[in-house]
Amino acid sequence: MPVEIWQISWFTILVACLATLIMMPFGIAVAWLLARCTFTGKTALETFVSLPLVLPPVATGLILLRLLARRGPVGRLLDNAGIEFLFTWKAVVLAMAVLGFPLLVRTARAGFEQVNQRYELVAQTLGASRLRVFFTVSLPLASRAVVAGILLAFSRSLGEFGATVMVAGSIPGGTRTLASGIYNYVEIGQDANANGLLMISIILAFGAVWLSNHIARGANH
Amino acid sequence: MRTSIVLDIVVQLDAFNLEVHEHLDCEVVALFGPTGSGKTTMLETIAGLQHALQGEIRVGSHLLFSSRAGVDVPVWQRRVGYVPQDVALFPHMDVRRNITYGHSPSSVLSFDRVVDLLDIEPLFPRPIAVLSGGERQRVAIARALLSSPNILLLDEPLTGFDNAFRQEALRYLGRLRNELDIPMFYVSHDKNEILEIADWVIVIEQGQVERTGEPCSVLSGHA
Repeated sequence: MPVEIWQISWFTILVACLATLIMMPFGIAVAWLLARCTFTGKTALETFVSLPLVLPPVATGLILLRLLARRGPVGRLLDNAGIEFLFTWKAVVLAMAVLGFPLLVRTARAGFEQVNQRYELVAQTLGASRLRVFFTVSLPLASRAVVAGILLAFSRSLGEFGATVMVAGSIPGGTRTLASGIYNYVEIGQDANANGLLMISIILAFGAVWLSNHIARGANH
Repeated sequence: MRTSIVLDIVVQLDAFNLEVHEHLDCEVVALFGPTGSGKTTMLETIAGLQHALQGEIRVGSHLLFSSRAGVDVPVWQRRVGYVPQDVALFPHMDVRRNITYGHSPSSVLSFDRVVDLLDIEPLFPRPIAVLSGGERQRVAIARALLSSPNILLLDEPLTGFDNAFRQEALRYLGRLRNELDIPMFYVSHDKNEILEIADWVIVIEQGQVERTGEPCSVLSGHA
């Protein structure tokens, strides 16, 4: 297989890992918040978090593009700070994180909801602050669902296409991922390369989803 | 030395209000009454897991709640040793980690003393899942004691166990009463248990204190 195929594969795995690492603390925190707290605007937050699941990824990408463009509200700040973001690997990471986030939140939230609240309450009576209860009781007891959510989000990131091409394009050796690579190779008639990327995509996606399901099944038992 | 307890609360429940206005000065207070009368709610209100509408909760010099003074000590700072009916041992921790969860080096009761008092040591190598009901109760009480509580709250610790276990458990509870200086609130449906362990009883029905006093006088003739 050509070196280019391996380069695209490694790049995709690397940025998907980074995206997953970035979304983990926020995703777990939001999942816990939605599972355990009642507050004004909870339904709005739930809806907002789930939006990337139902919006066309290209539409999500367009929103990100508008925000991050030089004249956009966030892009202007980045520009002033001298940070180049759009059409770089950083934009790929962001697009992947935004699209994977809802899967992490929904799966982890279900895990937190399954934890018997008695354990958390008793831990508090034993002198543990809410933060300590979270790290020593809630998170360990929901860990299977949380890990399953992380793997699902990672799988989603691996296959991200629409939002990624909007904010990062498909620059060979720069921002080209498995999904955008397949599309580009098919478009220019390089079927062998497209098939190579396809095989790698199937293996990675199958492995990640299988592992996620395996862990999630354990969480339900 | 006996610790004085002020329990002067009104708690809103679905069907009725729980109202208790007691000033107690005893070692073991039993809460007696039918299911759903408000006994567990009373324990949970002392622990801070339920909120009182108004009133005052004081254990010795520790003011836990006062609607008048605007005091509502958070659960984790109340220093109450709460053992719920389902004991709620942490399933992902072993026995040692369970009992030391709330233990701090400054605890009044030492680890060794509590382990010795409740015969916990033989249980250390065993996972939580394989402990018997009685063993789970002992581990839960040890866990509560090691968090340096000012008061111990036991919610029906002997319900559902056979007579042999009850006798054994009562022996352990008697040891706690005799050897430790910690007041205890004890929820039970069983008159004999209360007569054996408690020195004061509060009879509750539909959230109201129906009778209160020494167990032998209050419970004689009570169905």
